[in-house]
Amino acid sequence: MKLSAPRGALAAVLIALSAAAASAQENPECIAPANPGGGWDFTCRQVGKSLQDLGLIDSTMQVVNLAGGGGGVAFAEVVNKRGDDNDLIVAASAATATRLAQGAYPGNTMDQVRWLASIGADYGVIAVAADSEIETLPQLLDQIKSDPTSISIAGGSAVGGWDHLKVLIAANAYGIDDVRSVKYIAFDGGGEAVTQLLAGSVQGFTGDISEAKGFVDSGDIRVIAILAPERLPGEFADFPTAIEQGVEAVGANWRGFYAPGGMSDEAYDAWVGKIGELYASDEWKDVMAANGLAPLDLQGDAFEEFVSKSVAQIQTISKEIGIIK
Amino acid sequence: METFANLADGFAIALTWQNLLLALLGCFLGTVMGALPGLGPSNGVAILIPLAFTLGLGATPSLILLTSVYYGAMYGGRISSILLNIPGDEPAMMTCLDGHPMALKGMAGEALSLSGVASFVGAFLATWGLILLAPQLVKIALLFGPAEYFALFALAFMTLGGVSSTNQAKSAFAAALGLGLATVGVDTQTGVPRFTYGEVHLYDGLDFLVAIVGLFALSEVFIFLENRHGGAEADAGKVKIGRLYPPLSMLKACVPTMLRTSFLGFLAGVLPGAGASLGSFISYSMEKRLVDKEGTFGTGDPRGVAAPEAGNNAAAGGALVPMLALGVPGSGTTAVLLAVLLALNITPGPLLFTQNPDVVWGLIAALFIANFMLLAMNIPMVGLFTRVLMVPSRILMPIVAMVSFVGIYGISGSTFDLLVMIGFGVMGWVLRKLDVPLVPIILGTLLGNAMENNLRRAVTIDNGDWTTLIDSPLSIGLWSIALIGFILPLIIGRKVKAGMHARRDEEGALSD
Repeated sequence: MKLSAPRGALAAVLIALSAAAASAQENPECIAPANPGGGWDFTCRQVGKSLQDLGLIDSTMQVVNLAGGGGGVAFAEVVNKRGDDNDLIVAASAATATRLAQGAYPGNTMDQVRWLASIGADYGVIAVAADSEIETLPQLLDQIKSDPTSISIAGGSAVGGWDHLKVLIAANAYGIDDVRSVKYIAFDGGGEAVTQLLAGSVQGFTGDISEAKGFVDSGDIRVIAILAPERLPGEFADFPTAIEQGVEAVGANWRGFYAPGGMSDEAYDAWVGKIGELYASDEWKDVMAANGLAPLDLQGDAFEEFVSKSVAQIQTISKEIGIIK
Repeated sequence: METFANLADGFAIALTWQNLLLALLGCFLGTVMGALPGLGPSNGVAILIPLAFTLGLGATPSLILLTSVYYGAMYGGRISSILLNIPGDEPAMMTCLDGHPMALKGMAGEALSLSGVASFVGAFLATWGLILLAPQLVKIALLFGPAEYFALFALAFMTLGGVSSTNQAKSAFAAALGLGLATVGVDTQTGVPRFTYGEVHLYDGLDFLVAIVGLFALSEVFIFLENRHGGAEADAGKVKIGRLYPPLSMLKACVPTMLRTSFLGFLAGVLPGAGASLGSFISYSMEKRLVDKEGTFGTGDPRGVAAPEAGNNAAAGGALVPMLALGVPGSGTTAVLLAVLLALNITPGPLLFTQNPDVVWGLIAALFIANFMLLAMNIPMVGLFTRVLMVPSRILMPIVAMVSFVGIYGISGSTFDLLVMIGFGVMGWVLRKLDVPLVPIILGTLLGNAMENNLRRAVTIDNGDWTTLIDSPLSIGLWSIALIGFILPLIIGRKVKAGMHARRDEEGALSD
């Protein structure tokens, strides 16, 4: 009889678990592939809350933090174990696309999941110190063209990461063919990169608008280009776009979701519809304004195509700089 | 004046019920940890990290809890030194010299309360030092480019061996091991995975919290399993506590001693790598040279109790200065605290004071509050803590093991991390048997990436020119201090260390 107590307990747990699994069919779940507090976590929680506030989902969205491997642990989990879950969505961003493009999720590709929709974007900026002689993006790129060793550009991501690629996209668009000559210095996050710009160790900074904003307000740095299709509204309207300076470069750190590859078409359409409706709501416009998110309105097939195009573009540049073969 | 406004804001943050309760809890647990032989401040903080995370505390409350534990452990170490002649932690070693003889003379109560007051004075003055010095250090921090940071990290490693370890070669080995472990994971400069063997859990590198809990807490359990009997539960009851309050004349006689040694201890704490043990040692030896005219030090002189206690508590405060202002820890325990900050997504360093003023000033205010709590706790309630010394290890150690496992699983929810933690526990056990210090390993894993990245940044910025590393007056200065800090202990360190041990052994032999 001694053994039966733990066995009974085990059975009870199993029954409870299977019950939970059954009821999960109605319970929406969002995996944030990082620890609480980051951008992916924000994406899950904010969207979950807004969906419920708008009455688009009945029960509370359960947010699961599954950190590791820069999102790779979550991607593998979804592909290998949750492949046909109809209630699961996963937060993603430009970083996800970058890592997929460079094969940084071992054995995984973007075709293994279904891409749902975007909820906004954080556009890239290129900035210099407030006392720098460089006033415009073409000036900076000209100087790189004539003497690449004289300009170091700092950013918060690794070599080959999204901050690096944004500069290269701009350099490429300006006709710098050997993008490898652009000197990029990787720091641990945008804040540290800006500090080194202020300390004079580097001459340029590449990052997201949200990272740069505080330092622009304090008058320490000057944004010379924003990598958006057109000028942003509100307090960001002063930043000139790269395009209006003759550099055809757009770089958006988009935020959005993917779903398991085996999700049924009905469930996929339902999710796409719900996120689309959320995006169109006034409540979401307030959330975007409060968090410095710029518009990027793509759902379903259009989003899938967008991700696939950006993966292809990142692959091309990554090959040129020798990150992948 | 701005400082005082900031400090007032800090008190507003710290004076909430939750934070006060956390400070109280931290002070209590810290004193207990400090009092138990074997569990020092680094272990104490390491064991309680999982607790802070499992409770889901924010940045400021977690820090308040853990720094209260830190200050508490510095207080607690003296209890077993005085009552049992076994230092509760290494910094309390010097307190044995005069504390235990006092206890044998029937003045245990006086010794305990006097050392409590001395601890308070040391910690109080050091917290003021922290307030005044840290913001100044921040101002020069903008002079630090990648090359200077690399020199600073090198300085931290080279001075680490110093006086505080038994064998500089073993410290160097431990630091190298830590630096090696830091290379596991995706290289943040190029995005290339290193030593991950296709295991996606290793892409983010080895989590240093897991490493810390494994190395410090779990290895403690293994050591206990090996010995199977608790060391110190025995004779605490034998010593009579006596009266609890020291006579005013005794306090008065000790005031100059406390002031001098607080200053000295604080300086020792600010220097990277030296830490509290050095603080208490130089405080004791300086006082002995200065005031011991009749040769009463070592026979139960109250000033010999006050000196090391004020010194080691002041050093604990001093060690927080470089940790907060530059992100380079001044001692083993602050290295552990640095890991906590990083895990909370707060990067210590020049930006901390502008970006997270609430964290910094809340923490500093909490240190003041904790200090008063500790004073209150350590004088009237000292009898309670003496009883803690009688908790047998066979009860204590399973609790440590449980907290470690539950806590780490609670942080990451990953069984892989538990395996890594056990691996580190076994490694910690082996290394302790070999007498290899564990703190340099933590420092290596913690700072290794930053050190490597700054080296590579510096060289890349100057287009592959390595002389950039010694290109500014600041970096040349740092390198010189590093070299002196490395070589000097080789020459005089042996003498100092031998003195430290000889005196303790002598005393031990006399009192047993």
